Amino acid sequence: MEENVITIWNLTKKFGNFTAVDNISFDVRKGEIFGFLGANGAGKTTAMRILCGLSRPTSGEGTVAGYDINTGQEKIKRHIGYMSQKFSLYPDLTVRENIRLFGGIYGLKDREIRVKTDAMLGMLGMQSEKDKFAGDLPLGWKQKLAFSIALIHGPEIIFLDEPTGGVDPETRRRFWEMIYDTAEKGVTVFVTTHYMDEAEYCDRVSVMVDGKIAAMDSPAGLKSGYHARNMDEVFRIIAGRAEREE
Amino acid sequence: MNAIEINGIVKSYGNVRAVDGISLSVGEGEIFGLIGPDGAGKTTLFRIMTTLMLPDSGSGTVCGLDIVKDFARVRRIIGYMPGKFSLYQDLSVRENLDYFATLFGTTVRENYENIREIYSQIEPFEDRRAGKLSGGMKQKLALCCALVHHPSVLFLDEPTTGVDAVSRSDFWNMLSRIKASGVTVFVSTPYMDEAAQCDRLALIRDGVIIGTGTPDEIVSDFPYRLLSVGGDRMYPLLKELRKTDGVISCFAFGDSHHVAYDPAVTGRERILASLADAGFRGCSAVETAPSVEDCFMWLSGSGDN
Amino acid sequence: MKEFAASAVKEFRHIFRDRRTILIAMVMPVVQIILFGFAVSTEVNDARIAFCGDMSDPEVRKTVDRIDQNKYLSIVGRIDRPSDAEDLFRKNRADAAVCFAQDYGSDLISSGRTGAEIICDGSDPNTARMIASYLAGVISSEQTDIGISMAGEKKISMTPVVQLMYNPAMKSSYNFVPGVMGLILMLICSMMTAVSIVREKETGTLELLLVSPVRPLWIVISKMMPYLALSAVNFASILLLSHYVMEVPVNGSLLLLSFAALVFVVSSLALGLLISVISSSQRTALLICGMGLTMPTMIFSGIIFPCESMPQILQWVSDIIPAKWFIIIVKKVMIQGDGMASVIKELSILAGMAALLLAVSIRSFKTRLQ
Repeated sequence: MEENVITIWNLTKKFGNFTAVDNISFDVRKGEIFGFLGANGAGKTTAMRILCGLSRPTSGEGTVAGYDINTGQEKIKRHIGYMSQKFSLYPDLTVRENIRLFGGIYGLKDREIRVKTDAMLGMLGMQSEKDKFAGDLPLGWKQKLAFSIALIHGPEIIFLDEPTGGVDPETRRRFWEMIYDTAEKGVTVFVTTHYMDEAEYCDRVSVMVDGKIAAMDSPAGLKSGYHARNMDEVFRIIAGRAEREE
Repeated sequence: MNAIEINGIVKSYGNVRAVDGISLSVGEGEIFGLIGPDGAGKTTLFRIMTTLMLPDSGSGTVCGLDIVKDFARVRRIIGYMPGKFSLYQDLSVRENLDYFATLFGTTVRENYENIREIYSQIEPFEDRRAGKLSGGMKQKLALCCALVHHPSVLFLDEPTTGVDAVSRSDFWNMLSRIKASGVTVFVSTPYMDEAAQCDRLALIRDGVIIGTGTPDEIVSDFPYRLLSVGGDRMYPLLKELRKTDGVISCFAFGDSHHVAYDPAVTGRERILASLADAGFRGCSAVETAPSVEDCFMWLSGSGDN
Repeated sequence: MKEFAASAVKEFRHIFRDRRTILIAMVMPVVQIILFGFAVSTEVNDARIAFCGDMSDPEVRKTVDRIDQNKYLSIVGRIDRPSDAEDLFRKNRADAAVCFAQDYGSDLISSGRTGAEIICDGSDPNTARMIASYLAGVISSEQTDIGISMAGEKKISMTPVVQLMYNPAMKSSYNFVPGVMGLILMLICSMMTAVSIVREKETGTLELLLVSPVRPLWIVISKMMPYLALSAVNFASILLLSHYVMEVPVNGSLLLLSFAALVFVVSSLALGLLISVISSSQRTALLICGMGLTMPTMIFSGIIFPCESMPQILQWVSDIIPAKWFIIIVKKVMIQGDGMASVIKELSILAGMAALLLAVSIRSFKTRLQ
């Protein structure tokens, strides 16, 4: 049996009398690319915050990277990486300063940071850009850099929150190739997206509707299960049943 | 007369040319899409055309009115919905709508017919504060506010960004109904799959228009043949395809890879054969028509590496 | 005109729905008056004085008695050495000490040259200065009495160590009420106007207003309306508070005072608009208001220190601050009970500033984004 890196049982999160996440359970296997879909307001962000150790569930149990989501939040944070489109890098720091900063935040030693910086810049082909401000980089580069920085401390799981929003089509695909490379190295990828073609790139996909997981399977399984040609149709069928508003 | 004319508009911020000599014309009653990634210059062009900014050079007209000299009259005949939700969150749905109607010297009652179809969907929440609406409803309200004075041209700057797939298709349905009432719609989006919904479109990248025409015209300009290849190990397959002779480019497209090839050099059978040699057996390969997204990648000049 | 009314109504709604802001705006004057009135009070009441000197010397005894009889001062004990004062200050048993020189009385009478040292607890410099000046006053009046009684003989040449301060009545409320009034009106009008316009820049609603056919001028003026109303309420509450709680009389014409306040408010609103034009975020607007308006107003309004004792250059700087002129008018009309004739100069300056600021700010308000 394959090893699970995320295990969630009966997770619920309430805000007042509003149930944002309603009794969800699922597992994510090691090295898997797990797509976490849902309409706006379905509870994706809330669930993701709990998994990242940023918020406590109202009830329910689970482990992320082997640590309890109720008690091991600080340890979880040290063993995961996080990247979102909205915030990832400090635009007024240079590329090298950003790498240094995040290396420092995760407690890497100076020597390690130096080695990793060189390796990272070499891999991204950004040697000549190392002293440029992160804010001046083209969007595609920023994302690649942010992704690499999110991996700087060698996390077991990386959470990507709409990593490709607004990016041009080729950059988006190159970014997914980076995701594949990362997953091949055994890092688990947990990703949210609004692009339905990207849902096809995941090993498994879950679709949240009204705080619950309405469907979870491989893209092929979902398509045949819902008699749909592509994930876009699958999503419309499932999310079209939503009753709740944001 | 065209609803919108754009002639060689240039706008720079410091050293960056956000809009670099764009010329376009939009016919009356069209849905015209401006499609391109973030930072391509879409918002800047919209701000110039809605008289919010002055171009460094070039000129433009909306319904024959100059966007610089006649800016006050242009403002009367356009409706504008900026990129991010820009209504008063602390005012109710009805108060927002009334206010914008008054600003344009009209009332909601006078123009109720214009917005009835969309407004009837949010009317039950008339007294709710705009800030407490769901994303889809906010968008509907913003659209009502932009339509309440019966504009001739509607400018929508990325109305579907950050909106889920279901709400996005709802929104496009609304647009086609607005078009049916005779309003010209100029809309921008980063989502390539929305291109098919436009009558005509322009592809924009780095402040330059890289292609324009109807979706069919753009697609028919694609110079190569396209093969949709599927298999078991998709990522290794992608890498292998890129190494194959005669393959111009290969990118993932949902559950298959789109392989552009030069028919003079290779063909479906030869590609499949060379895949089989490399150990990828049982692959499917179907000739397929290029999408706007394929064209965008080719036109942006990086599709050929 | 309908557009204008609708915009003004909308602005009022923004304010009334933002409970926190309205609460701050209404409570701020009350808090400031009470803060300056009681907590930051520079008045001295029952200052505890220790003394060091020869009690058998009649002059020393007379002076000590005189200090004890002063209603602001009271003698708490005798110390042996001047250095013991420090110990008392540390234990918070005394606020100041007076040390008479040896042979104080006889030296005073024979040569007229003698010394009394005043030691104050400088940890609160304002109060210390105040106590010192009281003590110096008492000692010197005692010496003057001796001088008079010895008229014809040698002149007593000792001069007081510390000058008496500018406010002989020592009622700080007379001083800070006009200051607080200027400060509050300035804050409400400039800061809130600037922030409310910049907020629309940030949320993007300003874009929508600009693309509408309404003249931007109307939008701007309609934005000022609620703050005008709010400042009228504040003006009234400050007056009521200062009259009933601080017992500061309104000696002059209330009408004149209100008119001056209106002119000042217009200048502040215009300043707020100007700030909104140059700032792109609410944070910038707040910083400019804080550093550029509130601080100078605090400094030059006489709340903290008197303008008259500033270096000439700073006095010139203070001349370009509208609040200074307004505060002068308030002091003259409210406290001294002067009429129009005596404030016409200040009022004209203030009106000129208001007109200039309004013209500049309306001209610089753009009909487009930057």
